[in-house]
Amino acid sequence: MRKEALSKSTIYILLSFGAILMLLPFIWMISTSLKAPNEVMALPPVWIPSELHWENYTEATEIAPFGRYFVNSVIITILSTLGELITTILAAYAFSRINFYGRDVVFAILLGTMMVPSEVLMIPNFVTLSDLGWIDTYKALIIPWTASIFAIFLLRQFFLGIPKELSYAAKVDGCSEFKFLWYVMVPLAKPALITIALLKIIGSWNSFLWPLIMTNSTEMRTLPVGLTAFTTEAGIQYGLLMAASAMVILPMVIIFFLMQKYIVAGVTRAGLKG
Amino acid sequence: MDLNPTKKSTLKGYLYLLPALLILITFNIYPIIKSFVMSLYTDFDFFTGEVFAYGFGNFVEIFQDPNFRIAIVNTVIFVIGVVPLSIVLSLIISLFLNSKIKFRGAFRTIYFLPYVTSVVAISIVWSWIFHYDYGLLNYFLSWFGIDPIAWLRDPQYAMPALIIVSVWKGLGFNIMIMLAGLQTIDEQYYLAAKVDGASAWHRFKSVTLPLLSPTLFFVSIISIINGFKVFDEIFALFDGRPGPGNSALTVVYYIYQKFYEEWQFGLASAAAFVLFIIIFLFTIIQLVLGKKFVHYN
Repeated sequence: MRKEALSKSTIYILLSFGAILMLLPFIWMISTSLKAPNEVMALPPVWIPSELHWENYTEATEIAPFGRYFVNSVIITILSTLGELITTILAAYAFSRINFYGRDVVFAILLGTMMVPSEVLMIPNFVTLSDLGWIDTYKALIIPWTASIFAIFLLRQFFLGIPKELSYAAKVDGCSEFKFLWYVMVPLAKPALITIALLKIIGSWNSFLWPLIMTNSTEMRTLPVGLTAFTTEAGIQYGLLMAASAMVILPMVIIFFLMQKYIVAGVTRAGLKG
Repeated sequence: MDLNPTKKSTLKGYLYLLPALLILITFNIYPIIKSFVMSLYTDFDFFTGEVFAYGFGNFVEIFQDPNFRIAIVNTVIFVIGVVPLSIVLSLIISLFLNSKIKFRGAFRTIYFLPYVTSVVAISIVWSWIFHYDYGLLNYFLSWFGIDPIAWLRDPQYAMPALIIVSVWKGLGFNIMIMLAGLQTIDEQYYLAAKVDGASAWHRFKSVTLPLLSPTLFFVSIISIINGFKVFDEIFALFDGRPGPGNSALTVVYYIYQKFYEEWQFGLASAAAFVLFIIIFLFTIIQLVLGKKFVHYN
């Protein structure tokens, strides 16, 4: 009601034009991934392939071990997400429900270190991981990512919003603290935990620089790392290259469509809280 | 449970914290100190871990390195190219989305989609769009009589190409934050302004902009910080090279080269420390100026 400066139809046209620009790379990726080579390199561009060449996908997995990359990415994503959830639940409980010496100092130090970019920590972490002999193993790709200050902060805020009376009642009933955390707090915090897990899954799946540096062998590559190697292996076969890119992109797009509500909640909360 | 701290509660508290602290101290806190110490290694054997000499030589060396200067200049150009453009576009789009329109959810989903996609994968898709002979972009430009541009091979166009991809990729996040900010503005301000006969532009200037300023400020700082960390896009767009003739060599790319391609850990750490200082400064600006000049309601 307050934007009569532009008519409704102008707004629709501009928003739709923008939406097309946002979608175009995805559409073009899918379209190219299903084309025969002669249609890939065609002018004017062919939008809808005359025949769907699904074999581009199988051919890409034959040239490079995308199956293996996929499994690696899945394993790393699942385990680092589970690890992060466990450490986060325990730490957030301590910061929100237990009063102990040094609590506020430890919390402040953790928050203070949150702004240090991981690019800065990469070099000393590489040295630590090679001292441990973990380079080129799953351990190097999972264990350093099983705790997140941001996640602890987010869940702590959520835990603080759960009435304290609940824990007093549980104590009176003789429920152990650990059971209380597991059977009362965790189920109540489910929306926050789903959000934390989804942000982690997306971040872990898409992460590039870390696995690039911490792996040497083909067998240990994650999907994004394998994909950049594939650009040299596939040469100028854009059909195969787009098929491989789609394999990296589509799982997260599907997760996003299914769980959009939680992802949006997490991003905006992260944004507004700073 | 919420009593004063005791020895018992302290023991319990740290037991609960133990797993998280173990990881965070090893991989987040210790490396902060270690990274500074490593930047002072001027003579160092990586394989034995022996350090023969310390000093500020690495800092002197990187500041004399023309490539490091190129990296700083390129990164600043990148930030100046991306941030204002991205902020203005996402502000316009979020204002549109916030006006009472249909299909709002669908539009929001579409604009947000690039946020969840792998930077590397989508940059490879973009490198195909930028293709000189068969790329979509040059094809569209040909409609307007513009000759094909060698987006990824001409040093003049490498940075604009990188900026296009980054703006496209980052728009959704900014829109999401701005939409959340817009929704906190009380409808009554607009009603009051309308009663006073304020035009749409006036209402935007005197109500929306000041009340949205904390959000705009926050989004700007986050975008600047992320801009200084750009790497994945470059690696994927230019096939593992920092653009033609170093035209897309940025600070993180420089760190990566020194560290992973040349194994110059001291120099790489010194460059990483410079990056840390830059980001630290912007974080401080956010904390200090954010409270001082920005209009909070």
